Amino acid sequence: MRPIFRLIICLFMFCTVSANCQSKMVKIEGGTYIPLYGRDSLQITITDFQMDVYPVTNQQYIEFVKKYPKWKRSNVKKLFADGNYLRDWKSDTLLNEDQSLKAPITNVSWFAAKDYCECQGKRLPTLDEWEYVAMANKEMPDARRLKDYNEFILSWYEKPKTSTNHIGSTFKNYWKVYDLHGLVWEWTYDFNSVLISGESRKDVDDDSNLFCGSAAVGTTDLMNYAAFMRYAIRGSLNANYTMKNLGFRCVKDENN
Amino acid sequence: MKSFNLTLIIVCFVLVVSCGVNDASKDGAALQDPTTIVIEGTMEAELTAPPFVPAPVGDRPAKKLIVNMEILEEVGAMADGVEYVYWTFGGSVPGSFIRTRVGDEVEFTLSNHPENKLPHNIDLHAVTGPGGGATSSFVAPGHEKVFSFKTLNPGLYVYHCATAPVGMHIANGMYGLILVEPAGGLPSVDKEYYIMQGDFYTKGENGEPGLQPFDMQKAVDEDADYVVFNGKVGALTGDGVITANVGETVRLYVGNGGPNLTSSFHVIGEIFDNVHVEGGDLINKNVQTTSIPAGGAAIVDFKVDVPGTFILVDHAIFRAFNKGALGMLKVSGEEDKQIYSGEMQEGIYNPEGGTIQTMPDDGSTVVSAPATNKSLSEKIASGKQIYTQTCFACHQSEGQGIPNAFPPLAKSDYLNADVKRAIGSVLNGLTGEITVNGEKYNSIMTKQTLTDEEIADVLTYVYNSWGNNKTNVTPAMVSEVKSSH
Repeated sequence: MRPIFRLIICLFMFCTVSANCQSKMVKIEGGTYIPLYGRDSLQITITDFQMDVYPVTNQQYIEFVKKYPKWKRSNVKKLFADGNYLRDWKSDTLLNEDQSLKAPITNVSWFAAKDYCECQGKRLPTLDEWEYVAMANKEMPDARRLKDYNEFILSWYEKPKTSTNHIGSTFKNYWKVYDLHGLVWEWTYDFNSVLISGESRKDVDDDSNLFCGSAAVGTTDLMNYAAFMRYAIRGSLNANYTMKNLGFRCVKDENN
Repeated sequence: MKSFNLTLIIVCFVLVVSCGVNDASKDGAALQDPTTIVIEGTMEAELTAPPFVPAPVGDRPAKKLIVNMEILEEVGAMADGVEYVYWTFGGSVPGSFIRTRVGDEVEFTLSNHPENKLPHNIDLHAVTGPGGGATSSFVAPGHEKVFSFKTLNPGLYVYHCATAPVGMHIANGMYGLILVEPAGGLPSVDKEYYIMQGDFYTKGENGEPGLQPFDMQKAVDEDADYVVFNGKVGALTGDGVITANVGETVRLYVGNGGPNLTSSFHVIGEIFDNVHVEGGDLINKNVQTTSIPAGGAAIVDFKVDVPGTFILVDHAIFRAFNKGALGMLKVSGEEDKQIYSGEMQEGIYNPEGGTIQTMPDDGSTVVSAPATNKSLSEKIASGKQIYTQTCFACHQSEGQGIPNAFPPLAKSDYLNADVKRAIGSVLNGLTGEITVNGEKYNSIMTKQTLTDEEIADVLTYVYNSWGNNKTNVTPAMVSEVKSSH
C-alpha cells in the first residue's frame, strides 16, 4: 500500500473518532435549471457534486481557528475580514455563554469561508450550485412555484435571531440537505456575480432589470420576492464583510 | 423689515432686467441659486419620532448637517393583540423626521443594525441625484454608508427604502419625512406635528391576533388590512392624542408612505387655512380634504378656535373606522359660542303633526297587539324578509340547507312533525344530533333574537314554502311555547 493511501486511511480513521473533523455530505445529482435572473433560453447546467448536509458550526470553526491561527480574531488581516469578524465570541477560541457549539458559524468573511472549505479539501458552492439545491422542498427538487415553499422563506425574513438556532432545526430537503432556508444566509463562491446593488437600479445594463424596476413591473409572484431578497443580500456584500446572519457550507466535486 | 423688502424689490428688479421674463414669475425664494448658498459651520441634526418634529430652522444660515440614521427590524404592535415585524428608519414608523433648510449640505450616515437580516438603502425625495441617495446608501447588516447631498428645493419630502423588493420594504414601514425649509424658515406657528399614513397587508384579516406576517399577494392586490396613521392602530388616540389650545395655530406635516393607497386627509370639524399642496410652494386656502398621494406629502395649518376633540381621518371613510386611519387632536380652552354653539335645544320631531306620543307601558303589548291583524300573505311577506336576514346563510335560499352541515327546511319531516319544537328551536336554539329526511345532522343553531311576531312570521313563511304543511304560526303560539319553558 502506497504511503499516501495509508495516510488517507489514517486520516479517515481519525475523522470517525473525532466527530467534528469532517461534516457529513450528500450527493447532489446534476441537472439544468433556469435561475431567477434567467430567461427560457438561459439554462444553467449543474454537474454532480457533494454538499455538506449542514452549515458549518461554531464548534467546527473553533477547531479550524485553533489549527489555523491566522484566522483567529486577534490575528486576522482587516483586508480579509471586517471589524465584526467573530465579534460575538468571548475570546479567540471561546464562545460566549449565549452561543451554542451546534449553532451555525456566522460573522465570517468570504475569505475565511473559502479558506475553511479549502482546508477541508472542499470548496464554497457556486451561486448556481447553491440555488440549484435550495430550490428543493421536502418532496421535490424544484418547488419554487409552490406557495408554501416561498412563504416559508418569506416568513424567515420576519423571524428575529434565527442565527442562534441549532443546525438541523429547519427541514430536510429533497437532497437530504438541511437549513438552506430558515437559519442563516450562506456565502457562495461567486456571491457577487449577479449584481443587485444600489448602483444597478439606475443602470441600463442587463442586471438592472433585477432591481427596483423589474421587481415592480415584471414580477408579481411570490417566487421572485422570496429569491430577490437573497440576491439583494448578496449584492450588498463585499468579500471582507461579516454578518451576524451570514454563514456558509462547503461542497466538493463528485470525482474527488 | 421695510429695508429688507426694499432690498428684495431691488434685487428682483435687477434679476428681471438681467434674466428677462423667465424669472419674472418667481418670487423671492428664487433670489439666490441654491447651489451657490455657502454653508457656515456644522451641526448635528435633531431627529424626532412621530408625532413630534424637530425645532424650526428659524433664521439660521445653511450648515453642514450631520444626520445619523439607524435601520432596525423589530417587532411592534399593529393593534391590540396584533404584532408585526416592522422595518424602520430610526426605530419608529414613520421614520425619524429630518428638518433642514435650503442650502444645507447633509452628511447622511445610514447604519444597518447587525441583528437585521436584510440589506437596505434610502431614497430621499429631497435629494437631487441618482436614486435620491439609494445608489450610494445600499448597506448590508452590520455596516454603514455615508453620502452627502445639498438641499436645493424647499418643501416636504418623503424618504423610503428602495431595496428590492421595494414594495415589501415600504409596506413594512420603511418611510418617513424630510422637511426642507426656505431661507428664514416657514412662518412660525404654535404647534407642529408629524403624521404619516401607511397601508399594511397581513396574512390574517384585520384584528386577527398574534404575530402577523406580511402578505405579498394582498399587497399586490392592494387589499389592505390596516390603513393607519403613524404605523399602528391608535397611534394618535388615547395616550397618543396630539394637543393644542384654543387660539393656537396648528401645523401638520402629513406624509403618505403608501405603498398603495392615496390618502384623503381630513380633520373632522376643522378647515385647513393653508395647504402646501403636495408639500410644495403652491398654497391653497380654505381646504376641507387634501389628497396626499403615496410617496407624497402636504403641509396643512389651521387655527383652532373652539375646544373639543377633532378627528383626523382618511376620508375614504371605511379606512378610518374599520382599518385604523383615525387620530385625534384635543383642543382645550374656552368655548366660543358664537363660532360653535354646542347643542342648543332638544325637541321632538314629528312629521305627522303635533299629537302627543305615548310610550307603551310594556313591550309585550306592543308586539302582540298589531300581530293579529296581519293577513297570511302579509305575514309571509314579512317572514320572507326576516328569513333572508336571519336564516338564509345556513338554510339557503330555497330552504335546501347544506348537506352534512345545515338541515333542509324544504319538505322537512322534522319541521312538519312538530310546530312547537320548531318554535322552540328558533326561540332557544338547537344543538345535538337530529335526523331530517333520513340524514343525520349534528350542528349548532344559535338562539335567535327575534320578537314573538317575527318568529311567527318567519315560521309561517317557512311552513308555507317549499312543500311544507302550510301551518299558520301565530304570536300566541310563540308566547305559549315561550312560557312553557
